[in-house]
Amino acid sequence: MASPAVTSTDTLHRSSFSAKARSTSSNAVSTYAAESRRTRRALLLGVAVVTLLAVVSMFVGVTDVSLPALLSGDPAAWEIFWISRLPRTAAVILAGMAVAVAGLIMQLMARNKFVEPSMVGTVESATMGILVATIAFPSAALFAKMGIASLFAVAGTWLFLTIINRLPSRNTLLVPLVGIMLGGVIGSITTFFAYRYDLLQTLNTWMIGDFSGVIRGRYELLWIVAAVTAIGYIAADRFTVAGMGADFTTNLGMNYKAIMRLGMTIVALISAIVVTTVGALPFLGLVVPQLVSLFFGDNLRRSAPLTAVTGAGLVLVCDILSRTIRFPYEVPVGMIMSVLGAALFLILLLRSQRKEASRPRA
Amino acid sequence: MPKTAPAHPQSAAAISSSTTTQRIPRFKLTPAALTVVLSLVAIGAVVLFMTFDLKGNLGYIVPRRAIKVSAMVLAAVAVGVSTLLFQTVTNNKILTPSIMGFDALYVLLQTVLVFTLGGTAWVTVPESFKFVIEMVLMVVFAGLLYRWLFTGGNRSLHLMLLIGIVFATLFRGVSALLQRLMEPSEYIILQDLFFASFNQVDPGVLGLAGVVVAVASFFAWRMKSTLDVVSLGRDTCISLGVNHRSVVTRVLVICTVLVAASTALVGPVTFFGLLVVSLGYIICRSYKHVWLLPIVCLLGIIALVGGQFLLENIFGFSTALSIVIEFVGGILFIALLLKGSLK
Repeated sequence: MASPAVTSTDTLHRSSFSAKARSTSSNAVSTYAAESRRTRRALLLGVAVVTLLAVVSMFVGVTDVSLPALLSGDPAAWEIFWISRLPRTAAVILAGMAVAVAGLIMQLMARNKFVEPSMVGTVESATMGILVATIAFPSAALFAKMGIASLFAVAGTWLFLTIINRLPSRNTLLVPLVGIMLGGVIGSITTFFAYRYDLLQTLNTWMIGDFSGVIRGRYELLWIVAAVTAIGYIAADRFTVAGMGADFTTNLGMNYKAIMRLGMTIVALISAIVVTTVGALPFLGLVVPQLVSLFFGDNLRRSAPLTAVTGAGLVLVCDILSRTIRFPYEVPVGMIMSVLGAALFLILLLRSQRKEASRPRA
Repeated sequence: MPKTAPAHPQSAAAISSSTTTQRIPRFKLTPAALTVVLSLVAIGAVVLFMTFDLKGNLGYIVPRRAIKVSAMVLAAVAVGVSTLLFQTVTNNKILTPSIMGFDALYVLLQTVLVFTLGGTAWVTVPESFKFVIEMVLMVVFAGLLYRWLFTGGNRSLHLMLLIGIVFATLFRGVSALLQRLMEPSEYIILQDLFFASFNQVDPGVLGLAGVVVAVASFFAWRMKSTLDVVSLGRDTCISLGVNHRSVVTRVLVICTVLVAASTALVGPVTFFGLLVVSLGYIICRSYKHVWLLPIVCLLGIIALVGGQFLLENIFGFSTALSIVIEFVGGILFIALLLKGSLK
């Protein structure tokens, strides 16, 4: 099939094209170097901002943990710091990075900029897996439950990719619609059984991302997510190629199916572990890769670290907001995420439409 | 005007295999006969619901069941009519007011009102006055927002759907956030309103909603011939001398009022309208609103009352009907997308 590959290439390079168009005078090579430099500078700036936010985040909270207290060696302050503050900030950064990168990989696999794991049924499937694990093996360890959740998440992702391969037209906006509805159907099955087994309330805590329960000993599995994200980064070029389509990938002598399997596993693992430890972070995987590609193009090797840093920064901001907006109470970060994310997504949608309208029709 | 009633079964089969699947006449009844049959089934469902296993304190049970049945009938009519009208003016078979976030907007509006005015102040306002205020605000907001979406020339349908879904998500998100920020005592005032439930319907709201649904449906009924023309598409409709923009605006107002009424009555029910209207198109061999309107309403009543009856008395659930609707409706939606009824 030729046409999907063409459209995907078009969408993939649209933003880098516009970036290039701005510097038409220079030749391609120096543009590439300039872009690399620009990306590197943005990455450094991003890391600096995230570090700053992380420091701020560690000093926000009901119990007073101030810098002077820590410096003077106050044991109570240090205890809070080690047990609660540091783990929480680490969890926020890890989850933010991982979910954003998972969204990026998902977008390449589905060859569509408007999808992310929580939009196509991956997160809903993971939640269903947790429900099944809770009902079938109530005494199983968290690790086992997470394994079951990951299996369900892989199955859900596979189902989505199978369905969109059969769509009559590969319309950019049709793909996320099918995904949202698939997520809705899977979610309703989960709700149905949760309702029967009186687990609805427990389920709701998984569906809304919340870092308030994160203390030492409760978040360490997120480090696995960091490792998985790193694998995703190492395999970045493969996903870029896979994003060009099955035929293109095969022509380059690569195993398309194996790359897709790897991608699905990475996305599913990240979704399942994040959902089981902190809950869903809606729109994060959707908005962050889009914003990054809007400003820095679609070279995955270059944009993946930026995506990770931006994701971490966004979740840090939301988490700090969630703790201060109704101080001393806390609002689940998932709620702030969904409002902010939905608003950003709407802006991106309407923007893409305006661009579409102003472009001459081919 | 597409002629939809082929004279011979063979020609029907030929049409079904060639072009649109909606026109397959699976039921060999004329629309009029179909309406009669459906009316009988609907009455049967209501009677069954009212009388099944009727024992104990009748003075307590009968009024309770009557309120419940009336709420379901009103909700069925409101959702059915609003979805049908909405699909006609947007000229597609997949958009519904609830997918576009109408009921989420209603919930948001109520949340914002309680949040800004304070729960105690809001409680002292009489129920009927409250309903009117909400209705007016809702019509203004939805009118501005959706008129901008639907009359803006040739926008892609997929884009509109996606925008609608994201708007719905945004409205729900903001409502949820505001509800979290409220005082617990104020939240209690709100929370009863937001669950699709036919069990706790206030008789006062029921009467008011009844009037609203009746009036809105009357106006919808009066527009039935215009709607037949509008269903031909924007350009055809304009060249036939119909003021498209004004019809769309009027229909959006009717839809808004109906959605507000049904949401106030039973809470949000996302896919119910899609289910009923799709079914209506399949079994009704006509595109005329004179038949579609009553058939869709009757199907809605049968589905809601019958479904609730089955769930309560056969499967032993109490309020899970909305979950079942969500499940079946979601699958139908994917099937419609896969079949490519959207272009």
